[in-house]
Amino acid sequence: MRSLPLLFLGIFFTLAFSWTGIVLVSNVQLRDLDPATSTLVNDVQEPISGVTYDKNGAEMMGNNMSGDVVHPQVKSGSALRGQEVYEQMGCLYCHSQQVRRAGYGSDIARGWGQRQSVARDYVLEDRVMLGTMRTGPDLANVGLRYDANWQFQHLYNPKITSPYSIMPPYGFLFEKQKISDVTGPSDDAITLPGDWALDEGYELVPTQRARDLVAYLLSLRQDYELPEAKFEQ
Amino acid sequence: MSSQSPTLLDSLSPTAERQEALRARLSEVDRSMRTPGTFFVVAAVLWLMVGTLFALLTAIKFTNPSFLGHTEIFTFGRVRSAHLNSVIYGWATNAGFAVGLWIMARLCRTRVRHTRILMAGAVFWNLGVIGGIIGILKGDMVAVEWLEMPGYVTPLLAISFALIGVWAIIAFRWRQTDHVYVSQWYILAAFFWLPWLYTTAQILLVFEPAKGVVQSLTNWWFAHNVLGLWLTPLGLGTAYYLIPKVLGRPIYSYYLSVYGFWTLALFYNWAGVHHLIGGPVPAWVISAGTVASVMMVIPVVVVAVNHHMTVVGLHRQGWRSPTIRFIVFGAINYTIVSLIGSAMALRDVNLSTHFTDFTVGHAHHGLYAFYTMIMFGGMYYMLPRLLNREWPSAFLIKTHFWMTALGILLMVNVLQICGWIVGEMMNQVTQDGTVAYTFQQIVEFRVPWHWLRSVSGFMITIGHFAFFINVVWMLFRPSKADQPSQPTLLTRPTAEANA
Repeated sequence: MRSLPLLFLGIFFTLAFSWTGIVLVSNVQLRDLDPATSTLVNDVQEPISGVTYDKNGAEMMGNNMSGDVVHPQVKSGSALRGQEVYEQMGCLYCHSQQVRRAGYGSDIARGWGQRQSVARDYVLEDRVMLGTMRTGPDLANVGLRYDANWQFQHLYNPKITSPYSIMPPYGFLFEKQKISDVTGPSDDAITLPGDWALDEGYELVPTQRARDLVAYLLSLRQDYELPEAKFEQ
Repeated sequence: MSSQSPTLLDSLSPTAERQEALRARLSEVDRSMRTPGTFFVVAAVLWLMVGTLFALLTAIKFTNPSFLGHTEIFTFGRVRSAHLNSVIYGWATNAGFAVGLWIMARLCRTRVRHTRILMAGAVFWNLGVIGGIIGILKGDMVAVEWLEMPGYVTPLLAISFALIGVWAIIAFRWRQTDHVYVSQWYILAAFFWLPWLYTTAQILLVFEPAKGVVQSLTNWWFAHNVLGLWLTPLGLGTAYYLIPKVLGRPIYSYYLSVYGFWTLALFYNWAGVHHLIGGPVPAWVISAGTVASVMMVIPVVVVAVNHHMTVVGLHRQGWRSPTIRFIVFGAINYTIVSLIGSAMALRDVNLSTHFTDFTVGHAHHGLYAFYTMIMFGGMYYMLPRLLNREWPSAFLIKTHFWMTALGILLMVNVLQICGWIVGEMMNQVTQDGTVAYTFQQIVEFRVPWHWLRSVSGFMITIGHFAFFINVVWMLFRPSKADQPSQPTLLTRPTAEANA
């Protein structure tokens, strides 16, 4: 193995092997995955549970049921901006967004989801953040667990809602302001419990980024069934 | 070392003249690498200190989350990513450029001719990483693990890499030797693999993001291969060059080294997807990744046997040399970390280790206990030859070795024991289908382990300061007169060896 071209070919083909397998083939395999209704039907609107044949005898994978809603759905503008805040703050490094199947880990027993996450759940995401660390809980369904007020309090200082938490506070996403003498307290002001209340005459309002981030967190919900993923009992 | 002081026997040997010519040639090569080599080392060491600072901030935030909590640029997610990117693309990559290019040039017996082009690449690479770290801190982070540096610096990094990496290929193409040594393959392959990985990952993740979980698959194909196909070959190439060089004994088996190289090339690049076990990705990819991860046992054991058989019986000489002390520590840890890694890819084991500090411990085990320690060893050998000076202080080298070696062993143990227990706590479900431990109990369980981790990080920091002081002292030592002419050894040659 002394010649550069021969060595080079070896070096080239070894990496080309996994590049083809992991990157190219999975791209081809998942390219046509689109949002779907909870059940697929054949060409005469009968529900099917796998590959079937149309009237010409050709294999068909099934169509969406007409009149039913397809999932996942496109996020709102605010939630999409919130996704960018989530990226910029590095939430990914402590929170995963994937539910593992029942029987493999305790994700479902922990109430982190009603079913396992599947590839179709992520087809509309600009930035897929499955995550590899759970310093904090999984967030695939966090939108189902808490309301906006809880999220604002928790982001302002996680110890308000979870005294044991080691999550960093995001106070810089909020503004302390004097309550207006003219219009009175702002509609957006966050209620803070006892010890955390601000000085008399001041209120805490979320910035636009905090509102977007909370909109994103509330949009995280895999509360629909897909042909390949049904709720666990 | 015999190379410094020829014995009577050497002077009688008929091959001595050829040895002299070779030594002259090597010192010419060393001279041509002097400026770029020193630049890369200094840049690497500065990045090491920056990365250590970010690591300390991260550690403090784990035990005191509100520390610097009101400053957006120092929020946990960004500091953590700044740490990762400064140690991977700053420290580890600059160190690999320095040691890898120098070994390549030496083995090919070729001088680096247009040093300015190489230097331009070196300067722009480091400017690119600085821009990337600033970008991460100010909020332009790309939320993809190992690719956090924003899209506006990555083309600069790619071009700089090309200007640097091409010298490895030029050296190999115009080599002055018939024989090709295994280190040359590792280094040549590494310099070819990284740009391919990086370009693919940038295109499919940053510039034209792929659909859905193809992003995650590409992400882990890339991230694991930065370790597997860039840093690992550089580390192994360095060990393969320096162990025989310092101990004066040829590598145990040529055939084992061939076999080890090609099995690593074939299996390592499939392994990365084991980071997605249990995730929403096609099951066949995970199975293939698991198989490849387990197959990695072959190259790892082959390399371990080859290195061990080369060192065996020469432990005392090795212990005396700073280079060998660090490199043997790194090589032993390469074996251990790789075998643990293969085990972690098994679904049953991964169930506990995934999503916990076990993985974090594993990453530090590979990048620090293996790669970084080998690079320290490489620099201890290379820098005196580039600068024609010896290391000023054996005490600082010893401090460096003991603090980093014990520190990293403590860190890996703390993270992996804690991670394993956390994994077991997380997954335990009682008979009525509820979880045995609440999330709160798990978070509270981790607290004392975080403190222990900070202690280990503090030890490593002391080691880094010792290294930093020694490097600066060596560079800026004023007069040459009072310098020792003998290599700096860690123990005195023993009485019976002299007798």
